Amino acid sequence: MAGVAADFQELQRRVQRMQGTVVTRTLPSLPGLSGLIRLRTGATYGVNSAALALALLAGPSQAGEWVGVVGAADLGFEAAEGFGIDLQRTIVVPSPGEHWLSVTAGLVDVATVVLVRPPFQVSEHQAERFKSRLRQKDAALICWGDWPRCEAQLSVRESCWIGLGRGYGHLTCQRVRVDVARSNMPSHSAQLWLPDADMEVREAANQVVAINRVRAG
Amino acid sequence: MTAVLSSSPVNTSTTGGSQLPAETAVRRTMVVWCPDWPVIAAVADFGLVASSPIAVIDRGEVYACSHAARVDGVRRGMRRRDASAHCPELVVVEYSLERDVRTFESVLSAIEHTTSTVTPIRPGLCALNVPSRYYGGEHKAAAVITEQLVAMGVRDCRIGIADGIFTAEHAARQAGPSDCCVVPRGGSAAFLAELPISVIEDLEFVSLLRRLGIRTLGDFAALPAHDVATRFGSSGTLIHRLVGGRDTRIAAARRPQLDFSQALDFDPPLETVEPVAFSSRQTTEQLIAELGQHGLVCSEIRIEVVGDRGWAGSRVWAHPRWFTAGDLVDRIYWQLQGDPSPEPVAGIRLFPETVESLADHGEGLWGSAPDERIERGAARLQGMLGPDQVLAPSLQGGRSPRQRQVLTPWGQRRTRLRARDLPWPGSIPPPAPAQVFPEPRSAAVLSVDGLPVKITDRGTLSAEPALLQTEELADPLPIDAWAGPWPIDELWWDPAGARQVARFQMVAAGGSAWLLVVDSSQWWTEARYD
Repeated sequence: MAGVAADFQELQRRVQRMQGTVVTRTLPSLPGLSGLIRLRTGATYGVNSAALALALLAGPSQAGEWVGVVGAADLGFEAAEGFGIDLQRTIVVPSPGEHWLSVTAGLVDVATVVLVRPPFQVSEHQAERFKSRLRQKDAALICWGDWPRCEAQLSVRESCWIGLGRGYGHLTCQRVRVDVARSNMPSHSAQLWLPDADMEVREAANQVVAINRVRAG
Repeated sequence: MTAVLSSSPVNTSTTGGSQLPAETAVRRTMVVWCPDWPVIAAVADFGLVASSPIAVIDRGEVYACSHAARVDGVRRGMRRRDASAHCPELVVVEYSLERDVRTFESVLSAIEHTTSTVTPIRPGLCALNVPSRYYGGEHKAAAVITEQLVAMGVRDCRIGIADGIFTAEHAARQAGPSDCCVVPRGGSAAFLAELPISVIEDLEFVSLLRRLGIRTLGDFAALPAHDVATRFGSSGTLIHRLVGGRDTRIAAARRPQLDFSQALDFDPPLETVEPVAFSSRQTTEQLIAELGQHGLVCSEIRIEVVGDRGWAGSRVWAHPRWFTAGDLVDRIYWQLQGDPSPEPVAGIRLFPETVESLADHGEGLWGSAPDERIERGAARLQGMLGPDQVLAPSLQGGRSPRQRQVLTPWGQRRTRLRARDLPWPGSIPPPAPAQVFPEPRSAAVLSVDGLPVKITDRGTLSAEPALLQTEELADPLPIDAWAGPWPIDELWWDPAGARQVARFQMVAAGGSAWLLVVDSSQWWTEARYD
């Protein structure tokens, strides 16, 4: 019965979208990020770190959605695959130049989540128009940089890399504190492994135990 | 195209005797043999002088040689060094089956002008049904074909006509240069009986028969069929049947190559891009329709743009699924935009490079609507920015993070990706950096004294790294942790290109992690662990 109800809801949403009613949905996310933020279509999210942006893209991509990347010429795709992004369903426009906004708008047509690194400052007016387009096309935008009045701004603070000593070892995992500032809710923060020693994103529960474990390994 | 002689089906009864099946009495087979074909192919490909001594070498041994080389004592199977000793001025060419097949294709198509059923046996050898009735006799038909081949530059071709392919091939080998040898109807057994046993190509088998005292094919054919079957099995039975003149294999037609290329000429020549693309719509639709009639689709096409004063631009386009007429018009448009013709455009040529069966590409029962939507969206972006600006990422093997990722234009097939599962010594263990700079950025690493850290000729550091300065950081930051040098031994075999290069990972105060490369004293940041 639950399956039928879900199908019914999905059909209802499709009809509503065809009628022009704005409907948003929650996109799937990596298990490690679900406590931090759930991406919704029709909204823009700001991030300040490439790794965090890739981790946000990975959830929808793993669930079979297409993702687009605009203007980020220095993105590491091996890391993207490591976070779980399916490169087969990724479209990249590394240097759109002055057309970046129309390219992003074009990619929003086909991809569910688009990562953009704006080369110029985005005006309030542009951001507002883009938001209505995102709602229409049922897509989410992740901005690596500043975006006026975005749904949530995720910032990596206090990054700590583990595995490297003075002249020995190699980088194995990173522990970060992510601050989430929302427009309509109190901000909060969370400790994350981005990624942990098994190349997975997860919440860091107990700092001391975790570091010891990794160092020992 | 090569039909292996022994694997063809033989459908006569094995009872033996002189009674021939009715079919062999009706059909006659002609075999055209061009001796030393590997040499002829090499001469044509490398522009050598045909009369000079030439040897084609396969795995260190002479595979074929020209007449001049044979006069000097070069023989098949001789080692390269021995052949050069016999004939110091010998020109040596590596054997390539692909080259032989490719050049023999022109002979096949020349013969196809005369008759429709040509069976390629191997490069230099093909069989066909004798078109004797049309040309008024077997000798005359052979003369027509010889004349045709000589006219296209094959100076030595020999023709054998007999009841079956096996006999006809040996008849061709008996014929003189540019001559023919005809074995009369029913005369196969008598003709073959005279030949030495060594004409059978199976060396082990020949050696065994020699030790049994069998010197000619006639001796072997005289053995009772059931004794041969008991002693030599099915392969022996097949050869026994062939040498007895009971070879009923006839030349089967090969399917002529279909030509789907299209040409479109503009008179007067067109100056601007739009009318060219607009006018080519009908031609592209015709091309796609013709392919469709054969149940085919084109996934790779070469477009040639011809200027009115002789300029020509060519480019190969691939499609992730297959081209529709509209896609082809788009590609013509992009090609003219990306590589504009300096002259007015006089014509467009379309050559399908990869043609596949529609059945291999058919849509699933439920359609493939989402992919079509993506294709259209990507094509729209490509139309806006140019085809090389919309890219698909993929990973390959390599040592540096930059080498390990590759971006190909959307819709183009990825070719020559390096294998990822090889060890790639010197590559950095995961996690991979989230930021990989397209070009390394210059950086500086200083010791505690403020002196630049260098890497010595022996691969050690001049001092412990203490301060890091990169393009992104405003001020030099203290280095919290570092590891390296991990030497990169690329190009060590090339004295000019060999460098003392090593990689480092460094974590600066504040938690930013970097992948650095040092080339003696110059430091670069290659990637950032963000």
